[in-house]
Amino acid sequence: MPSAETEPPTPELMLVFYRRLYPFKSIFKWLNHEHTPGRLFTHREIAFTLQNDVYLRYNSFTTADEFKKQTCTLNPTRFEIGPVYTARPRDRKTIRPGAFTPAQRELVFDVDMTDYDSIRTCCSGADICKRCWGFIGAAVRVLDTAVRQQFGYRHLLWVYSGRRGIHLWVSDREAMGLTDDQRRALVDFLTVVQGGKDMNKKVNVRPVVKGQGRAGDLPPSIQQAVDQLADPFGDLILQEQDCFRGEAGWKELLQLIPDSKIVERLEQKWTRSEDRSSYDKWTDLKEEIKALYKTSQARQPMKQAMQDIILQFTYPRLDAEVSKHRNHLLKAPFCVHPKTGRICVPIDPEKIDEFDPDLVPTVGQLLRELDAVASEPSGEEHSDWEKTSLKPYVDMLEKYALGLMSEVRKDRLANDMTW
Amino acid sequence: MHKSSRKIVAEVQVHSGLKYPHRLSLYDQPPTEDITIEEFETCAIDRLRVLSEIESCYARNRPFDELKEITHSQSEKHIPLDHNSATTKDRDGQRRKDNTGHFVLRLAFCRSEDLRRRFVKAETTLFRVRYMNTTISERREFHKSGDFDWTLVEVEERKKYASELKLVPDASPEDQYLKVRWTRVPDLVEKRRVLLKDGWAYVPSRELSSIVFQEFQTRLERALAMTAKALPWMDEDTRLEPILANLSQGFIAGVGSEWGANESTGEEIRAEMVDELAHKHFPMCMRNLQENLKRNHKLKHFGRLQYGLFLKALGLSIDEAMVFWRKSFTGYNDDEFNKKYKYNIRHLYGLEGRRANYPAKSCQQILMNDQPGAEDSHGCPYRHFSADNLQTALLSMYSPQGLTEADLPEIMGTVKAEAFHVACTRVFEITHTTQNVAKGDGIGSGETVTHPNQYAAASRALERASGDGDTVMR
Ligand SMILES: [Zn+2]
Repeated sequence: MPSAETEPPTPELMLVFYRRLYPFKSIFKWLNHEHTPGRLFTHREIAFTLQNDVYLRYNSFTTADEFKKQTCTLNPTRFEIGPVYTARPRDRKTIRPGAFTPAQRELVFDVDMTDYDSIRTCCSGADICKRCWGFIGAAVRVLDTAVRQQFGYRHLLWVYSGRRGIHLWVSDREAMGLTDDQRRALVDFLTVVQGGKDMNKKVNVRPVVKGQGRAGDLPPSIQQAVDQLADPFGDLILQEQDCFRGEAGWKELLQLIPDSKIVERLEQKWTRSEDRSSYDKWTDLKEEIKALYKTSQARQPMKQAMQDIILQFTYPRLDAEVSKHRNHLLKAPFCVHPKTGRICVPIDPEKIDEFDPDLVPTVGQLLRELDAVASEPSGEEHSDWEKTSLKPYVDMLEKYALGLMSEVRKDRLANDMTW
Repeated sequence: MHKSSRKIVAEVQVHSGLKYPHRLSLYDQPPTEDITIEEFETCAIDRLRVLSEIESCYARNRPFDELKEITHSQSEKHIPLDHNSATTKDRDGQRRKDNTGHFVLRLAFCRSEDLRRRFVKAETTLFRVRYMNTTISERREFHKSGDFDWTLVEVEERKKYASELKLVPDASPEDQYLKVRWTRVPDLVEKRRVLLKDGWAYVPSRELSSIVFQEFQTRLERALAMTAKALPWMDEDTRLEPILANLSQGFIAGVGSEWGANESTGEEIRAEMVDELAHKHFPMCMRNLQENLKRNHKLKHFGRLQYGLFLKALGLSIDEAMVFWRKSFTGYNDDEFNKKYKYNIRHLYGLEGRRANYPAKSCQQILMNDQPGAEDSHGCPYRHFSADNLQTALLSMYSPQGLTEADLPEIMGTVKAEAFHVACTRVFEITHTTQNVAKGDGIGSGETVTHPNQYAAASRALERASGDGDTVMR
């Protein structure tokens, strides 16, 4: 029975979860890119957060079984995955300083609902509902396209963060090897919404046209994003969230309009008819632009402002620090969120709009499902997840890992042929 | 040092008449002939002078044009490189000295991650400035010699992406494009000055220098890492070791020092004094954090970090810091506070985690790192506030100390020119006129603000010099 209720898991539940359900083998394959344990796994840092909040860094393992055994012994509330180092993290004290540095790491992204608190009207803080999930949906679409089409990466794993956000792990070989400088460049390329809460206009990505001093067209990558975001903007900002209905909302909107005459007219109009919907107000703006002569100097800045507003309200707000450093730790897929009890399950980006955070299985629910199928002992403990609603998610990771492994195999074969 | 490279060098010599055919160098040939200890040291020290000047330009946040000017004149003075046509000059001798100095400093600076990073930055800047001062034909020759591995984008492909190439900033229809993997031009990617397709960057040919600079940097980074690995073997030469150690020290001393707790006046600050000190002595970034903290009774992570380290350097002890933060976070009970923030604060004081003695953040760090997100209040107000909010905030914070509406145009002009530290310095001058600070005086002998703690320290010093602190507040 899926349930919207959240339930913080007890240590007892957690232990059964690790013993019988956590897909250690699939996680191993995903991290290691092949069946035989290689550096990608053996030199990889795992950091555990124990029940008493003690944080254990620099663990590493030689096999998936060892990883599972240690996890069951420590019974952490969650664990994080770090970089692949130049040596085994657990041996780091015996290594010459300087010889222990991060060498590889998935390129990771973190999008969290708290960064949308100033625009979403339905919830705030830790809360999330199906309605504000729309922001995440828009973010996933834009990021997924950008990372695939612009950067050319193929192996993207999207994972629900267990509460109010989403993580992306990119495992392509080039992505794994990026330096911190390259990661920073990539993230800055993808960052569009900027400036603290005291900055009204948070989108300033237009280059200045040489010799004219005016703002030019959007760079190609961002133009593509605007095209993608036009519909979500209508559904999400104008309809669902109705961001500009209230006075605070529409005043914020008017601050982003460069034409003072238009601002004045609309301010009067919207003050008079208090309850005009966001959709109507957006239409008012469009009408104002239409009313300007095609050749008018005022037209271009207004059109640009409309695009910039779409970006400001719907473009993905990235937690840039997570992505910039190879040694940033990120919670592992399939961990249990300690507050909600929900599993951090993989998500198919194609079906992001169908995803409902309230329907993600909790650890309590999974164990009840296990009890319900009676205690017929299975041949191997690992496959217990097959009897629960965790199955489709593990299948997804498994399929993803197999894709990654077959490409690595092909690469290796190709390299062998050249000799 | 390396015997294997001799043969290649000999071939080049036949080809151009000069042993070093180009002024510019990617430094892929270590010196091959015998070098005296004196020469070893002079070449290195002369080069070090230039690199230190470059570093302090960065530390002072000088605009690129000034940095270019200074770098050029320094390099002309200490390690000049003449054009091939200057036949009266010992061009090979100059280039030999340039090469030797570079390789000696590699040995001195490969020892730690930090030194390597700084060395690479300074060397890349030097290379960049020299490159900009070469002629077009010299560059062309240099490109041919460098094995840069780029491909020219064919007309067909250019047509295919025409509509998008048109949107690349400053694009013109006549542009030629080079195609390289995006990882080779991260700086152009960061500024969105290229079209990205499937991981390939389409670089307008006028940006070609970016590829060259990036290549210089990448090769140097790789070479330094290799040198670092081979270093234990080098240490055996006891005559070189003290010289190398000395060289790397010189680099460190040449830059503005960090503002750690030990640089404070030694006076203990108590928790209850902070608010008043903030009104009298804090730069705007810290005033803003204090106001936010008072208003919201909390600060987000980077705000706590920026403010906490500042207060530490100001002289707030760990015990007083605990009192200060506890009192400020009124929305939390003791248990929550201890759980969520105590560790955090102790960490700032180096009592947890890797127990580092974190220095307070400099203006450059505040301006450049950890950009504030939509809900944050850290950062530099001069940079991260919109114009309206900045003006309102300036008036509300500093009008008791004499800042008026008439001062705003000048300050906003500086902000618009992105000279944020200059704007901050000007506010310091305005708010200290009663202590006889005039325009241009800066925070003392014309110096500009480069660190929030330096601002606060200068303000407090003025107060002490003018006698009783309490009478200054009006
Ligand atoms: Zn909601």
